[in-house]
Formats: sequence, structure tokens, C-alpha cells
Amino acid sequence: MTSLSLKDVSKSYGAVEVLRDINLEIQEGELIVFVGPSGCGKSTLLRMIAGLESITGGTLDIDGVQVNDVPPAQRGIAMVFQSYALYPHMTVYDNMAFALRLAGKTSNEIDSAVKSAAKTLQLDHLLDRLPKALSGGQRQRVAIGRSIVRDPKVFLFDEPLSNLDAALRVATRIEIAQLKESMPQSTMIYVTHDQVEAMTLASRIVVLHGGNIEQVGAPLELYERPANTFVAQFIGSPAMNMVDATVTATGAETSLRMDDGGHATVPIASLESDMGKKVKLGVRPEDLSITETDDFLVAAKLAIVEALGETTVLYFDPREGADAFIAKLPGIHKVAKGTELKLTAPAEKLHLFDESGKSFLYR
Amino acid sequence: MDRIAGHKSGLTWAVHLSVVILVVMWLFPTVGLFVSSFRTADQISSSGWWASLFTAEQNEVFRTLDPDDHKVADGDVFVVKGSIFDGAPRPISAWGVSSKDVSAYTPGDAADMGGGESLLLQPDGSYEWRGPANKLKGRGQRIFVTAEVPPDFTMGNYETILFSGSGQDNMARAFFNTLTVTVPATIIPIVIAAFAAYALAWMEFPGRPLLIAFVVALLVVPLQLALIPLLRLHLGIGIGKGYLGVWLAHTAFGMPLAVYLLRNYMVGLPRDIIENAKVDGATDFQIFTKIILPLSFPALASFAIFQFLWTWNDLLVAKVFLIDATGSTTVMTNQIVELLGTRGGNWEILATAAFVSIALPLVVFFALQRYLVRGLLAGSVK
Amino acid sequence: MPLGHNHTGGQAVFADNPALMGLFTIVIGVGACLAYFYFSNVILDTVIFPAKGKDAGKNINRANMVRPWLFLFPALFALTLYLAYPVFETLRLSLTDRSQDGAFVGLANYRQMLSEDKFWEAVRNNLLWLVIVPAASTAFGLLVAQLTDRIRWGNFAKSLIFMPMAISFVGASVIFKLIYDTRPVEQSQIGVLNAIWLHFDGGAGSLFFLKVLPTLLLVAFAAAVAYVVWGSVQAITAQRRDKSPATMALRLVVIVGGLWLVWTSISGLIGVWGSALPYGEPQTWLTLPFWNNFFLMVVLIWIQTGFAMVILSAALRGIPEETVEAAIIDGANPFQIFFKIKVPQIMGTIVVVWTTITLTVLKVFDIVFAMTNGQWETQVLANYMYDKLFRANDWGVGSASAIIIMIMVTPILVWNVYNARKEMR
Repeated sequence: MTSLSLKDVSKSYGAVEVLRDINLEIQEGELIVFVGPSGCGKSTLLRMIAGLESITGGTLDIDGVQVNDVPPAQRGIAMVFQSYALYPHMTVYDNMAFALRLAGKTSNEIDSAVKSAAKTLQLDHLLDRLPKALSGGQRQRVAIGRSIVRDPKVFLFDEPLSNLDAALRVATRIEIAQLKESMPQSTMIYVTHDQVEAMTLASRIVVLHGGNIEQVGAPLELYERPANTFVAQFIGSPAMNMVDATVTATGAETSLRMDDGGHATVPIASLESDMGKKVKLGVRPEDLSITETDDFLVAAKLAIVEALGETTVLYFDPREGADAFIAKLPGIHKVAKGTELKLTAPAEKLHLFDESGKSFLYR
Repeated sequence: MDRIAGHKSGLTWAVHLSVVILVVMWLFPTVGLFVSSFRTADQISSSGWWASLFTAEQNEVFRTLDPDDHKVADGDVFVVKGSIFDGAPRPISAWGVSSKDVSAYTPGDAADMGGGESLLLQPDGSYEWRGPANKLKGRGQRIFVTAEVPPDFTMGNYETILFSGSGQDNMARAFFNTLTVTVPATIIPIVIAAFAAYALAWMEFPGRPLLIAFVVALLVVPLQLALIPLLRLHLGIGIGKGYLGVWLAHTAFGMPLAVYLLRNYMVGLPRDIIENAKVDGATDFQIFTKIILPLSFPALASFAIFQFLWTWNDLLVAKVFLIDATGSTTVMTNQIVELLGTRGGNWEILATAAFVSIALPLVVFFALQRYLVRGLLAGSVK
Repeated sequence: MPLGHNHTGGQAVFADNPALMGLFTIVIGVGACLAYFYFSNVILDTVIFPAKGKDAGKNINRANMVRPWLFLFPALFALTLYLAYPVFETLRLSLTDRSQDGAFVGLANYRQMLSEDKFWEAVRNNLLWLVIVPAASTAFGLLVAQLTDRIRWGNFAKSLIFMPMAISFVGASVIFKLIYDTRPVEQSQIGVLNAIWLHFDGGAGSLFFLKVLPTLLLVAFAAAVAYVVWGSVQAITAQRRDKSPATMALRLVVIVGGLWLVWTSISGLIGVWGSALPYGEPQTWLTLPFWNNFFLMVVLIWIQTGFAMVILSAALRGIPEETVEAAIIDGANPFQIFFKIKVPQIMGTIVVVWTTITLTVLKVFDIVFAMTNGQWETQVLANYMYDKLFRANDWGVGSASAIIIMIMVTPILVWNVYNARKEMR
């Protein structure tokens, strides 16, 4: 069942258009993550769904009802803010009860809702505290608890982990995943700039860039079959390497010649008209390996070696006009700086993009 | 600079000493008024107030009891006994029986005045005056005493000013008049300004920056300009001179600072909290009363103190909008100015009246100084 | 309220008991305010634009367009009627004559005002106040702020120096009248100033305190002003690009004002050495022409120093500690740290403090009114205006002098609005 749908939604501040033609269907029980670099419009989109920003064009439906002009409280949503936004002058209990009181619930209803949410989040013993007497992780849990008690149709999370330190962030991320497991029916929308959060939490990821949706899909789908160079380089760390190449043979498999002498044949279909065209070959650093044979993709001079133990990251001198080239090899490799190395990768792990950056898979 | 290695301790001492001197200079005037308000008129005009804090030697003249009524026979002479002090005895350093030599004897000595007449003065002030009947007659014998006067203070001035005084000397009515002006003139502008400040801080509407600029501009308009037009207006619409007029005037005159101060504070509250309240279903009115007001308490307190001090200490607005020809609604500042004119030399009255008028602001000041400082820091236009 | 009963004999308690009436007003006034805000919102949401039916969403948005104005209305009304409108009304009144039934008389009131010696005396005194009170208050405030910054009982000391802020101008006037009090020579003086004065007998001590010390202070002051003037002259003659008309005008003002101050200090110097001081005679300080202005200014300086101190103290605390530590490592002594590192960093705050005190000075009324009422050449504009309005009943000239005060305030007004708008962007 469709829980939330955006049709041709756009947003502009005066003449500045920050979101264009956003179309998205979100099913009940999904955990959707909006991810993208800062300024891509992901937070604005979330705030439009919440009703904190007006919608300039298009329609927003929640549970089949158009809610463009409905105030936030009546949309059936709850939101967890980046700064938690706990009311500093109210106890934990009052923070969680505030919305229910405004909605005119009886004190019995309020009490049982607050108590059960507090139990789920292990906040029972903190109900009488003021927010300033809580740790960062506890505040985060109160903010989540506050949204749970409202029993909303859609949960909205606006970068909820970015104020936590690294260790707590991992722990809370797992808690949120467990929370989602325990509430399979509830829909969640989660905004982050951190691709690890996106990959680990999402049932589907929405990649936003420059006010557009670049791709929507399950985490591994985005990793394995990115729709364009932006998604390809945004998902995965270090980012995917892009190599300039020319198509030398077309058909069910495509053959390429790299500008610096390497060559490859990838199991991706191409059209006859692609013959001789300039394309970009994408290869993830972790798919690369060192080879001694002439069957290499890229040959380059090693600039920097980062030995991390479990992996070794090799940075190569970029060719003129090209991006830095990175390889991430498992285990320990003792290679001297300045060595000329040949690198290769399995053909099925290679990605092919046309000159505009679009993947050959999605043509 | 204590933490810095190799610093000169002489400099530290100079700093401490300078601060002590400055504090004393700033405190001295107020302490003078305070001390003077506990001295009698005679004490004030006979010595500077700073002298009253220490024991002083003072020449006084006493007279023994009337011999005709109080002499009793003791053998063939008569004796008059008594004490020169009414209350507690004071240390006597010397005494005499003639104005030519007021310190001829020490306490416990007897003065021989010839003809069998003598006078014995004990250190505790009791005396025995003995002599034949022809000497002990007429008025009592004068005794010149050099006594040490310890610091001596009285509550009498306050008694006069607050309770028993009549007419201008009684500040009780003016005190309550001032209170009557001050309390509504402090609370009402807060309520009105808080709503306006919230609108200017957190509500979206066209013309908002212009309105803020308007408030900033009015912040510095001298209220002198408002006097005639508003007095004409008040007289024209029938408010006339009285409490209503002064409340309205104080409310309006305090408004720019109130709006400016409160808006600056409210705009600094986290946006997330207000948006979260919106998501929670609060209306603007509820956000204001349940979230903004409690969180703005420090700013509200700051402004309340400002407005209280300003209305309590005001003279001009009260003179123009409140005090009519009958003078029944006079406030303390005005009464003190009138006292300065009519009783300029009566420092016991003036000092006490002035201290009565500044006592409450001083209490408020010391109790709530924290908020006053915070308000000052937020209120000065940057 | 036993006192109220004493006066009223228990009858007509309400009408005659100001305390009760005040209480009543608070309840009514605050209640009415809250009721207005509450019910106007309720009516807006349920009657005019009900959030129900098919137009619910649209109505909510419409109600949200109106609501700010509901919140703003009482404050805007008060501001407009009591502060904005009077500015224009006063301007109009200053061009009319009350005795001629409010007839338009052009600039006649201004002409009359300009022809009065008392007006020019008020202008001269006001200028003196404008230079000395902000300068002295800011300087003392900065001094105390710096001295108390690092000592353990600093907060206590600051609190005591801040205290006069709570005292009314009238109360302060009484306090200082006691200090300036004069008794005939044969009685003991109860005013501190005369008591100290009578200790001077023309000997070495008098020479030091009354001649040498003032000379040093005046020379130091003149040198400081001359330094600022010299800096401004150099800035004007230097070939630089930042020569906007505003800064040029400001520098010219600084130069002219500075030269005037230097001249005043030098003539003061001549006065210090040229005059024979009346040793041994108690002085009536408040009737000494020209000098009595300074005795009045002391009252305001005494009050305003605390204000300057509080703000500057916070500014000093806000200076990054690292800049001071860097200066120490660079070998700066405490005075260099203060004048070359700290003061430049809080220059903005010093300007704010200075302008705020300037505003207070322009409006100063109570002190002069209570202490001298403008006699003995101590008139200032605010008291001159009050005199014209309520003693001479001359609303035309009174309004004209109020407009003069407004004109003197206007540069600060423009500057504040400009800054506020800049900050909002």
C-alpha cells in the first residue's frame, strides 16, 4: 500500500529553484533514506513532507490524501530533529506527552503511551529528568520516543546521528535498525549525508543531487548498478575511479581502449552507433588487483601508500586532466613509491557510462 | 595575570589598591546618605556624617536637680543626689563646675566650691552636691562634662517619614503612589511586547524587516518629543492627568526596548524546538505560551527589572502625565524634589526620604543583578 | 494595608487606596491583554477562517497570514501613537503659536529661541556634557572592567560600582547635594567637598593637588586628543582609497572637536595657574559659574560608569585568550597588552557604550532640575524645554527645542537602524 507519494514536487525561494520535479512513491513499512551532498535539497524535501516548508509546485499525498495545505500536526507524521529539539524546560515525560496533550488525549492514554515508549527505549528511569541532565545518546532516544508516542503514519528523521560521537553513532544506528524491525508497519524517511548510514539502514535509498533525484533503489542495487557517474562516485568509499576510454567493438559485449594504453572487454551491451565514441569506464578501487601481464586496465606510477593492515590503499599519479586513481587491495602489500604498476579488474565488475555520465545499463 | 610566570607582584598589589580606591569612591556618596538618615537633625548639622562612625569627645552642660525641691538634710548640711545621665552612663573624661575651666576635675573627685559647698561626680554620672542651706538654693548647679560620645543612631527619621510626619514630610502616600504607578507599568508592557516580539522573531509576514527597523529607530527617540502632543491627546480624550495616563505613557515608552530585547532573545531560541512544537500540533498561540514564554524567562526578567527601575525612578513622565494641581498623586521622586526646594537644609528629612525611595530599587538590584546584566548586554544596540 | 485605613478611615477604601487600585488595574490590564490575544486568535481560527470543511487548508493559511498582525497590533499601536506620531506633531507644534490659537507662524519660534541667551547657554552646556560624560564614564568603566578582570573579588567590586544604576537621578541628586553642602565658615562642614577643601591652605599639599595634579591631567588629556587629531589629519592627507564621504566627514568632525578640546584644556591650564584660589572659605559649589556644570556631570558619570563597566567587562571577557597570550610571548607589557591588543578588539563595544551614554546625556533632565533647575548657568536643553513647556507655557518654543534634541539624536538613530538592518541580512 502506498504510504506517501510525491508528484512533480518542486520548491523555489524566489527565483532560486532548489528542488525540481521530484517524483517518488513510498510504500508502507519502507525505510527510505535521502542521501546526497550538502545543499542537494534533501533536508528541504523532508521539511516539505513535514509541512515546515510550503510546496511550490506538485502534490504531496500521505495515505492517499493530498496534504499540500495541511498543517504539520494533522499530516500524521512525527519528526526527529538533528539537534533533538527537546523542550529544555520540560521533563522527559512532559516532552513525550506534549503532543498528546495538545491533541486532547486523556491522561490515561497519555500515560500508557509514554510508559510503553519509554520501556521500548529504556528511558523508564529517566522520565523525571530535564533534558540537560541527559547524555547525548539519551537525548537522542527521548527525541525518538517523542515521535513514537504519537503513533504516526510516517516517521521523519533529519540527520539524527550527526550530533553524536563516532562510537555512539554506530550504537544508535543499530538501535534505529532494531526499532524499525520492531515496527514493520511504520514508514520511515531518513535524511543523512553519510553513505554508511544510508547503506546500513535503508530499504531503498534516494540519491539527491542539485535539486534532482539521481537514482532510487536498494542499497546494493545502487552499489552494483549505479545509474550515472554521480551515484557511482557518491556511493562507495573511496569513490569509483573513472577512466576515459574509446569504444572499439560493440554488441552484447563492449570492447574499449583506454587513452593511456590499457584495454578491456565488458559484458555490457552497446549499440552499433556507440562505435568510436568517447566513454567513461568505472572501476571501484576495491575491485582492482595488481597484474604482471599485458592484460591490464590501467598502468600508473604509485604516489602514496596507506597501509591500514586489513587493506592497503594505493594512490596513483593522475594522468593530465584526469582524476586521481585509487586502488584498495585486501591485506598488506609492500610496494615502493614511484613504482610503475599495472592494474586489472574482473570484467563483470566494470561500469560503463556515456559522455553525459549516464550508465549504459539504464539506456 | 596571576598565572603568568615571572610577573611582578607589585603590579598585582597596585591593581588591588586601585580597585579598593575606586570602590570606596563610588560607595562613599551612598553611604553618606544612608548614615545621615539615621542621625538626628542636631547631629547632622554639628558634624560631618563620617565623624559619626567613631567615638567623639563632646562637651556637654548638665544641671543638677532643683535644690529647693530635692535637697535632703544630712546632719547640718543638705544634699542633692542624682545622675546627670538619663539613660545609660557614658564614659566621662573630665568635668568642671565653671565655664572658665570645664575640665578641672576627673570623675570621682570632689570639687570644693568654697563656703562648705562641694560637688562629687562619680564616673557613672551620679553626683552628690552638698552644702549649707544658703548655698543650695535657686537653680541647680551647672556641671560641665567632657564625655565620650559613642556612635549614636536613631530610627526617628524613618518614623517621621513613614508614619508620623505630616504633609510633605510623610512619604507613605507617595510610596504607595509610586508602587501604584510602577507595578502595572512594568507588567502590562511585558505582555504586549512579548507577543509582538514573538511575531517579529518567528512569524513570516511581509514587512517584517521594516517593522524591526521601526522599533530600532524608536529606541532612541527622546521622550521629550512625546510630552506635549500626548498631554494634549490625554486632555483631549478625557484621560486627563492621572494613573491611567501614566500607565499608558510608561507602557508605550518602554515598548521599543521591550520588543527589541525580547525579539533578540527569542530569535536566538533554537528553530528546531519551535518546528518540533508545530509538528507536535501546537498552534502559534500554544507555541508562544507553552514554549517561548517559559524559555524566554531570563529576557522577560531583564526587561521587567529595567522597566521597574525606570518607572520607579522616573520624574518627568510622572510630572507631565500624573501629578495634577492637588498633588494627591505625587510620587516619591517628585516629593523629594519639592523637599529639596522647601526643606533644603533639613538633611535628616531629605536623606531619609531619599533613602526610602532608593531602598526598593537597591533590593531589586542586588537580588536580580544577574538578569539586569544579561539584559544590558542584550539591549545595547550593536 | 493599615496605612491606607489610617488615611481613609476605612471608608471609600477602594477609590482612595492607590495600592488596591493598582492591584485592580494589574488584574484588569493584564487580563484584558491576555484575553485580547487569546480570543482574537480563537475568533480568527473558528469564526473568520474555520479550519474545517473543504477550505480547511486554505483557511489555515489565510489565518496564518492575519495572525502576526493580531500579535503585533497592541505594540504597534502604542509605538505609533506614543512615539512616532508625537515626532511629527511636535514638529508641527514648533511651527505654530499657542497664543495665536495655534496659527502657523513658520520659523518664528526657532528665531525666538535662537535669540535667547538661555538657549545658547543650554547648547553650550549640553555640548560640554556630550563630550565629558560619555568620555569619563567609558574611561572609568573600561578602567574598572580591566582592573577587576582578574582579581578574585572582582565581581563584588563591580557589583558595588554598578549599584548607582539602580538609584534614581533624583536620589543621586540628593546624595550629591549632601556632598556639595556648604555651611558658614564658623560651623563645621557637613559636605565632604568643603570639608576637604578647608584642608587646603595654599601650602605644598595644595600646590600639588590643586595645581600640579590638574596640570598633569590636562596636559595628558590634551596630548591624547592631539594624538587622535594628528592621526585623523594623517588619514585625510594620506593617499588611500577608503575615502568615503562619511568617514571624511567623521574625521573632520574629530579634528574640529579635538582642536576645540585641546584649546579648552590649554585655557584651563591658564586658569589653573592664573587664578588665586580662595583658601579657607567654604564654597557653594553649585553656584560657581561654569565649574558647577562639572559638579552636575559628576552625578551622571557616577551613575553611568557602572553601565559602561558591565558591557565593557563582558567585551573584555570575549576577547580570545590566545591573542593576549601571543602578545605576552611577543614581549608586550601589561599596558601594551591593554592598549594595543585588548582595546582595539573591543572598539565596536566602546562605540556602542559611548553612543548609549550619549543618548542618556541628551535626555538628561532630572539631575539639573533637582539640583540647580538651570540656575547659575547650568541650563541644559531638556530642562530648558521643560521650562518653556510647563513654566512659560510656550508650547511653540518648547517644541522647537525638543526638535533640536531630536536633530541631535538623529545621527545615532540612522546609524542604529543601518546596523540593525545590516545584521539582519
